[in-house]
Amino acid sequence: MSTTDTEIVVEDPTAPEGDSPSVASTRSVDVVVSILLFALACVLGFDNWRTGMSWDASGPQAGYFPFYLCVILGAASLYGIFAALRNRGEASETFVTRAQLRRVLQVFVPTLLFCIAMQFLGLYVASFLLTAGFMRLVGRIAWWKSLLTAFIFTAAMFITFDIAFDVIMPKGPLEAAFGY
Amino acid sequence: MEAFGLLLHGFTVLLTGKTLLLMMVGLVLGIFVGVLPGLGGPNGVAILLPLTFTMDPTSAIVMLSCIYWGALFGGAITSILFNIPGEAWSVATTFDGYPMAQQGRAAEALTAAFTSSFIGSLCAVLLITFLAPMISSFALRFGPPEFFAVYLLTFCSFVGLGREDKHKTIISMALGLLLTGIGMDTISGQLRMTFGSTDLLRGINFLVAVIGLFGISEILLTMEERLALRGHAAAISLRVILSVWKDLPKYWVTLLRSSFIGCWLGITPGGAIAASFMGYNLAKRFSKEPDSFGKGRIEGVFAPETAAHASGTAALLPMLALGIPGSGTAAILLGGLMVWGLNPGPLLFVEHKDFVWGLIASMYLGNVVGLVLVLSTVPIFASILRVPFAAIAPMIVVSCAIGAYAIQNAMFDIWLMLLFGVVGYVFKKISIPLAPFTLALVLGSRAEDAFRQSMIGSGGDLGVFWSNGLVGSITTLALVLLFWPVIDKAFSRVGQMLRPAKA
Repeated sequence: MSTTDTEIVVEDPTAPEGDSPSVASTRSVDVVVSILLFALACVLGFDNWRTGMSWDASGPQAGYFPFYLCVILGAASLYGIFAALRNRGEASETFVTRAQLRRVLQVFVPTLLFCIAMQFLGLYVASFLLTAGFMRLVGRIAWWKSLLTAFIFTAAMFITFDIAFDVIMPKGPLEAAFGY
Repeated sequence: MEAFGLLLHGFTVLLTGKTLLLMMVGLVLGIFVGVLPGLGGPNGVAILLPLTFTMDPTSAIVMLSCIYWGALFGGAITSILFNIPGEAWSVATTFDGYPMAQQGRAAEALTAAFTSSFIGSLCAVLLITFLAPMISSFALRFGPPEFFAVYLLTFCSFVGLGREDKHKTIISMALGLLLTGIGMDTISGQLRMTFGSTDLLRGINFLVAVIGLFGISEILLTMEERLALRGHAAAISLRVILSVWKDLPKYWVTLLRSSFIGCWLGITPGGAIAASFMGYNLAKRFSKEPDSFGKGRIEGVFAPETAAHASGTAALLPMLALGIPGSGTAAILLGGLMVWGLNPGPLLFVEHKDFVWGLIASMYLGNVVGLVLVLSTVPIFASILRVPFAAIAPMIVVSCAIGAYAIQNAMFDIWLMLLFGVVGYVFKKISIPLAPFTLALVLGSRAEDAFRQSMIGSGGDLGVFWSNGLVGSITTLALVLLFWPVIDKAFSRVGQMLRPAKA
């Protein structure tokens, strides 16, 4: 061991437990996705058939190319349903455990709320709330650190995009109060 | 040497203070992204793309390609110090890189990794410099049927040669192609698959999809895992660098072999992963002491890194010359080109000389600067991993949202991004590959246009795809590749039947 070899250690306080029960097997998700894809292929295929999927004087109609893609997609996903049903390996494989699902929702739900909040509060306020809240609630990081990091990050984003690069983002009442 | 003169011109385009600064910024951001858990080349480029929207195309592509080089360099850091491969193609680097770090030879392993990536990229860039102009001038003679045949070849080689289940590759590709059809049809002006929605009228933007697929979904996937980590810190001293470099000539065969494998596989789509494993395995097979591999042999770092980077770079060759990306990241760069109003393909070499040669020159310069930068700053970047993921995840989400919104200033795109995030997460978990999806999204409308134009030209006769030797052989090759697994099986069966007969 040389002297420069100090270790880097990072902890994860809210990590999912390893022995959490399975919510769904990979096979059942595979089957459901294949069914959804098949349904999508049917819907889009019908729309393209209505647009026109045959040939006219000037060559293929607008729906021709996508219609046959729908046929391919439909056939492949139909095959996928049966392939997944026959697949023993996938049946025993866990798609997601309960603890993992909880963690995924811990990111997904805040992201969803962020997207909703963005429309009313503007992107920058929403991103401040997301960063601070996420660091505190999921990462269990001290309040002052979370707030400070979120503030610095949001300010940096505002300066980079709105001021330096002129990329216009949705804004809300707070920015309006400052005259932006 | 026309290429050489043009390359020098490219360097003059590049050597301005502003471009060099952007280059450094790009490299630093790239290494940053490469080091962060769960993020790599395509994700980094996708997330940081919006930064470049207001730049001129040359600065923008220089910065983006530097992000890409940086991410490639950064991936090696986590593989060696933490045994966490940032990308599938750095898996092979961990085999010998991590044992070296455990033995306290982290600095040596890192130097070897960076140097060999540099050598690999350099070989591929040399190939691009001399081959790309030739291919593109050849491709200038292509008409719509030839282009469609080349697109078909790309799609078919994904299906035929990919390792995933065939029907999953087909699903992913057909879905991508279908999504590009949404919106106004460019030839007839009719609306397709919009279902009366005004938001769908614009179509589904490629970059929005990519940001969702690679950015958001990656966050979801990363959160599933336990994010605690433990690894070695390392500082690289000049003495170590020099001692590794002094030994470099001893490994010239390995380096050359890996570069060759990398360049070859890089040009065919999705080759970087295969290239790194093949480089590693061949180095092991030809080694005099194959048993020492996997226990911290420096050659085991040289071989996969050289191959992976050669192929990552060579993937840009078909993108520049033909407008066909050879990898997911190249596909995203291609999407960027279209945002800046450049039409990728052979005409690029004629119409935008400054841009193309500036980009090629930036590959040389970016790799040199990147090598120096990464060798001198490893300790800083390794310590980025001390930042908890809970702080990084929301920042990535925000960057993704900014990116998705900035493309068309539409709130609808934010929702699309979220949807694609979930789709990407589910697809990855049930092993539907995303690379064909990305490729189809970026090539879809051009493939359709090429098909319809050739159909209009021939009056609806599919024989146009066999109308001359060139297009005929490309189309035939495409079909052979599509049915390659079947053909391969048939051949081996025939072989088995013949052998007992002989005996």
